[in-house]
Amino acid sequence: MNFNIKTLLVALLAGATLMLALPAMAEMETTHSPNLGNTPMEGTATFNAFGGKEGLVKIMDDFMIGLVADPRTKPFFDNNKQTFIKAMLVEQMCELMNGGCKYPGRDMSSSHANMMVNREAFNALVEQFQFAMDKHDVPFSAQNKLLAKLAPMYRQIETTDGVAVPPTKLNGQ
Amino acid sequence: MHQHKSNILIPALIAACFTFGSNIAFADLSTSNKLLLTGGVSQVEGSAGGGLTPWAVIGGYGTNNEIGGNLHYTYAKTNDFQLDSYGVTVGIYDRVELSIAEQSFDVSDLRGKVKAGLGADAIGRDTVDQTIVGVKVRVLGEAVLDADTWIPQVALGMQYKKNHDGEFVTGGVIGAKKDHGTDFYAAATKLLLDKNLLLNGTLRLTKANQLGLLGFGGEKHDSYSPELELSAAYLLNKKLAVGAEYRMKPNNLENTVGGAVDLQEDDAFDVFVAYAPTKNVSLTVAYVNLGNIATVKAVGADYGKQESIYLSAQVGF
Repeated sequence: MNFNIKTLLVALLAGATLMLALPAMAEMETTHSPNLGNTPMEGTATFNAFGGKEGLVKIMDDFMIGLVADPRTKPFFDNNKQTFIKAMLVEQMCELMNGGCKYPGRDMSSSHANMMVNREAFNALVEQFQFAMDKHDVPFSAQNKLLAKLAPMYRQIETTDGVAVPPTKLNGQ
Repeated sequence: MHQHKSNILIPALIAACFTFGSNIAFADLSTSNKLLLTGGVSQVEGSAGGGLTPWAVIGGYGTNNEIGGNLHYTYAKTNDFQLDSYGVTVGIYDRVELSIAEQSFDVSDLRGKVKAGLGADAIGRDTVDQTIVGVKVRVLGEAVLDADTWIPQVALGMQYKKNHDGEFVTGGVIGAKKDHGTDFYAAATKLLLDKNLLLNGTLRLTKANQLGLLGFGGEKHDSYSPELELSAAYLLNKKLAVGAEYRMKPNNLENTVGGAVDLQEDDAFDVFVAYAPTKNVSLTVAYVNLGNIATVKAVGADYGKQESIYLSAQVGF
């Protein structure tokens, strides 16, 4: 009897949670930030594997160090917007991993306009991101779940098939 | 005549590519900006792919404004035979792939048994050799980056093969129709990035017997047959992949010499581990099952299925 009541309670609770969660999930799918660049994940397992937002902040700090050290990406990041870019990346990655954030930045096309990013530079950035994630012990499969959300953005980010022409410094703030 | 085979071409090409590669490297460091392992490895016929099967990826680590390539050497020792192959694969702007490979198939064990059993050197050579020239063009898709669609990367390719032991493979013992032939294939490759899984399917039209090492076509069948080749690879980390492949093959050769020589050809499959410690080096170790190749029970060459250890090393430039 006791068991049955408990089962009933659990079922009710689960049902109630589901009724609350379903519209919330549906809402999340349709109401993610318009400039996010891809749909957020379901669930928070990947976000947790990154160590949450705190983990993301640390990863982005090392990521930026790598981007500036790599001659292939240095020209795009060696400027006074590093703090801003890191903050934007944290918000974007956090929202993509369903971590409860709202990316307030520009869309991928306008944020990379006039930068002449090519595949070489794009892949170099991916490699530096992998190094940073490795350094912070993000499991390989969690890395790839996030990379799968980011990789298709090459269509907006890359603007040339030829030689990359990085800006000497980014225009304006 | 058979002992002197025209294999000078390959070393010359390799030397040329080394020179070419190092010139590029000095002129421009950006020849290797594809992501690790995303250029595949060199398959047994020299095209980029798995061990047995060409994939839709373009070999080398060059991206769409770069030229990259690699040299490879592959050793496969079966129970009763051995295959050595080496060659060059060049990827141009991640669009076109050119390859040339030289294969040497060691039949000395069978030769010895036939000679002892029949008292005649019916095979007359220790190796059967061929050259394979390949061209591949990527026609659509981005296998790695298009992670939000099911559309694979698709490439069309061909492999022209010239057997250097034409008299032997078209003679009475083997009975192939020709000593040369061209395979045509379409390959589709997709990396399911969020699942760490790479899938490939290749449809090949071919007349080749045992890759062409036993010539092309035969009494039993002498037209192109469509053959399906499937690969799956699971990425354990950036540098390490494990996978399996299945390659269907034609079966063109009638049993010759009154059924004494069994040349039935079977499908092949393999299980492999590919490791890329850096972009310049990759190593592949595989178990390959090739089925029957050539069995002559009357002389004690009761061979049956050929299981093989396959080792392949690749150096990129």
